[in-house]
Amino acid sequence: MSVEEIDPPSGKKTTGHEWNGIKELDTPVPRGVLMFLVVTHAFAILWWVLMPTWPLGDTYTKGLLQTDQHKMVAEQLGAAEVAKASWMSKIEKAAFPEVQADLALMAIVKRTGRQLFGDNCAACHGRDAKGGDNYPDLTDDDWIWGGGVEKIAETLRVGVNSPHAQSRTSQMPAFGRDNLLDASQVNSVASYVYSLSNPTFSTSRNIATIEAGREVFLGNCAACHGEDAKGNAEMGAPNLTDRYWIYGGNLEKLVTSIHGGRQGHMPTWDTRLNEADIKILALYVHALGLEKP
Amino acid sequence: MIAQLTLNERTSALGLLILVALTGALMAVIGGDDPFAAHGVIIILFCAVIAAFVISGFDAPEPRIDRQDSYYDDPTKVGIGLSMAWAVFGMFMGVWVAAQLAWPDLAFDGAWSSFGRIRPTHTTGVIFGFGGNALIATSFHVVQRTSRVRLAGQISPWFVLLGYNLFCLLAVTGYFMGVTQSKEYAEPEWYADLWLVVVWVTYFVVFLRTLARRREPHIYVANWYFMAFIVVVAILHIVNNLAVPISFTQSKSYTIWPGVQDAMVQWWYGHNAVAFFLTAGFLGMLYYYLPKRAERPIFSYRLSILSFWGITFFYMWAGSHHLHYTALPHWVQNLGMTFSVMLLVPSWASAGNALLTLNGAWDKVRDDATLRFMMAAVVFYGLSTFEGSFMAIRPVNSLSHYTDWTVGHVHAGALGWVALITFGSLYTLVPALWKRPQMYSPALVEAHFWLAIAGTLIYVFAMWNSGIIQGLMWRTYTEEGSLAYSFVDTLVAMYPYYIARTVGGALFLLGAIIGSYNIWMTAKRPFMPAATDDVPQALSPAHARVPAE
Ligand code: HEC
Ligand code: HEC
Ligand code: HEM
Ligand code: HEM
Repeated sequence: MSVEEIDPPSGKKTTGHEWNGIKELDTPVPRGVLMFLVVTHAFAILWWVLMPTWPLGDTYTKGLLQTDQHKMVAEQLGAAEVAKASWMSKIEKAAFPEVQADLALMAIVKRTGRQLFGDNCAACHGRDAKGGDNYPDLTDDDWIWGGGVEKIAETLRVGVNSPHAQSRTSQMPAFGRDNLLDASQVNSVASYVYSLSNPTFSTSRNIATIEAGREVFLGNCAACHGEDAKGNAEMGAPNLTDRYWIYGGNLEKLVTSIHGGRQGHMPTWDTRLNEADIKILALYVHALGLEKP
Repeated sequence: MIAQLTLNERTSALGLLILVALTGALMAVIGGDDPFAAHGVIIILFCAVIAAFVISGFDAPEPRIDRQDSYYDDPTKVGIGLSMAWAVFGMFMGVWVAAQLAWPDLAFDGAWSSFGRIRPTHTTGVIFGFGGNALIATSFHVVQRTSRVRLAGQISPWFVLLGYNLFCLLAVTGYFMGVTQSKEYAEPEWYADLWLVVVWVTYFVVFLRTLARRREPHIYVANWYFMAFIVVVAILHIVNNLAVPISFTQSKSYTIWPGVQDAMVQWWYGHNAVAFFLTAGFLGMLYYYLPKRAERPIFSYRLSILSFWGITFFYMWAGSHHLHYTALPHWVQNLGMTFSVMLLVPSWASAGNALLTLNGAWDKVRDDATLRFMMAAVVFYGLSTFEGSFMAIRPVNSLSHYTDWTVGHVHAGALGWVALITFGSLYTLVPALWKRPQMYSPALVEAHFWLAIAGTLIYVFAMWNSGIIQGLMWRTYTEEGSLAYSFVDTLVAMYPYYIARTVGGALFLLGAIIGSYNIWMTAKRPFMPAATDDVPQALSPAHARVPAE
């Protein structure tokens, strides 16, 4: 079967080869393919002439355009800095109240802050900054470490229980685990704390327990949380009378907090973000608290 | 199956199994707490299962002396089964990975089921498990038919097929245990890599010896591609996996390549894995099963030559397009980019050659879902190679790189080309191999076709959309020059597309399950002696010819 034959449907000659019934036509390479080959090669050669491409020992052909990517990146970064400079320098220099008074500048802060928050903070505090289990809500106006924008900026700079030398420290002792209180005391003080934000909780049946809890509270907790349990921003002891909780406010969660203690960790941003970005974020987070009704 | 082997061969097979199992036992003993020991146990179990099979057939009557009068198709049959089993496993893992990207809780807090571990079980399962077994099975079939000679060796083809599956098994079980070299598509550790070298060299020898004995003057195009696949994959595998184990009793090793050279070697490997595993091998399939099914001659022999050498030559240079805008020197990126553009010509020439081969058979494409599988595969091959060359252009890549666009491109090639051509080929091969007039259910082939097409289109369109949105969001600035979106914003935008991709993938998986069932039922059907002369035909005088020099 090595004879060349004509394939009826196409009218073309075969090569005369056959493999288990498979034959091949002897069609020449279509002109279109050759043209295409020429065009792509012309493009490649043009690129080789213009751009760095071929290695020559320990150097390479630089190309007629003398393109240098390192220089290009430096230039583009420089241009981007210049484009931002007009408002960035204002934020860097101005004190917080000045920025807050400048509505146009605050609009920029909010747009830029949203992106910075998304990339750096949302993993813990949530995209909407509403927090979640173990991470505080930043949109309320209830601040563990004090609500002024300066204080927030400081929290960002040094972090909480972070490796930073000036880190804020937050230590809620493990009353149950470390045997500072027995189980019934833990339960009663939890009931007491619970009743602070849920006045309807106390009934004639549990009033004795709650009273006992109040005693425990005054003896063990007031030093940090205050006699009125409204917290102490100096120590990072949160207000226990409102409806905002880091770790959850139902009885079971309260018992867990009191039994095992809590040491929240908030990273320091001192070396990871520059000063202007920290400022923007502090303003952004502070504004979130204000916007909430 | 065992009946095809002589008593001596059965004994040698058992000897070989014992040898491998002993190696496994050694690993199990010296490995201590390391996954190395667990792999030793897996090797023993693997050998035990096969040994049980050999022993169960040990007393079967010995084969006739003239085995050379018939083709050796048992390894191909088993290879088809393994390929489909891996397809279902690998695609199931793909759907799971896809679902995890939409709903991360589906990792169920397990270490073994975390994204980083199950993702490589998907890629290895589909590329090496499904694709690799299909390539071994079909290459064994094609080389015999186009050389009119029986496969060389009796045990060695089994060694290739089963040894290769042992490699895949070590790879996938390793990922679940956290064993990985962290090189994409080359994750398995040093001992699995060494084993694959032995298996692959055997594959090369079997293939070459069969070709050397051929009773045809010329080597058919399909075999050029299979040969290129075998040779180049061996080279890639060895060079990319050069590594120093931290100890011979532990699984961990470190590559010998430093820094950016490691990256370049890895993507030279990675890209040529695409070229010679996912492209050349499957072009080999295409060149046999498509003309066979269409009953048409190949459109142009000359175009075949041009495409073959074009693909072989240009692909080798293109790897650096995976490292655009990285620490790799600019000139290397530019070289890779220009070669990727030139690569489009032989790629499209192959696709065009295949489509023009269908001229005169378009009515069959309309009526026969099997041929339609192959036609659609060629179209997706053309599409994904165009897309690839386009994405290799640096400014385009600056948008597409790191986005789902790449994943869309991958699956246009992987689902549209690799999987469709495999299904088309298997639906052609299975009835021929088991000597049935047709598949058990042509209606199910038709259903599989539409599920596969729908799944591919949903997957690819979802990823194109998601990728381009993602790329644009990353580079959008506000008026005042800050980034407009944070990374999580882009994730929120991806979410609906990730769900769509999961649905598309599930359709594709369903098709693969239906296909497996159909193949199983075809093979199981009572034997009907069909009028076939599917034997090495040189034995009939009309075809006798002397092998060429
Ligand atoms: C690794 C998780 C994590 C990340 C990331 C994180 N935070 Fe925090 N953040 C916390 C935790 C936990 C606290 C509560 C600390 C405590 O117990 O006092 C906290 C507290 C705060 C507070 C004090 C709240 C108050 O009521 O006084 C502010 C403000 C804050 N975070 C802002 C940010 C900003 C802005 C970012 C991004 C730059 C950020 N956080 C990133 C975990 C995180
Ligand atoms: C040494 C100071 C200190 C003492 C004493 C102390 N706390 Fe605290 N407490 C804290 C700090 C600081 C936090 C915040 C921990 C954090 O943010 O991780 C806290 C948190 C809590 C919380 C969790 C609040 C939330 O929003 O989820 C509860 C409940 C609580 N304390 C109750 C008590 C009770 C009841 C006692 C007495 C038995 C007590 N604390 C004694 C410092 C103290
Ligand atoms: C049921 C169908 C399939 C589904 C649902 C699926 C899903 C996925 C998913 C979710 C990923 C990870 C993407 C990411 O990390 O963002 C992935 C990656 C990958 N899949 Fe699939 N897949 C399927 C079929 C296949 C097939 C048949 C092949 C090959 C023949 C394949 C080859 C690959 C490759 C090579 C990657 C890595 C891509 C990269 O790193 O860019 N997939 N697949
Ligand atoms: C002319 C042919 C082709 C060219 C020039 C090409 C080019 C490219 C480019 C530029 C990328 C993106 C690299 C990046 O930005 O990270 C890519 C990724 C990829 N392509 Fe192709 N492609 C071609 C054909 C194919 C085919 C047919 C397949 C078959 C399945 C395929 C599979 C892949 C895979 C798996 C990746 C992902 C690699 C990874 O990052 O894990 N390509 N290709």
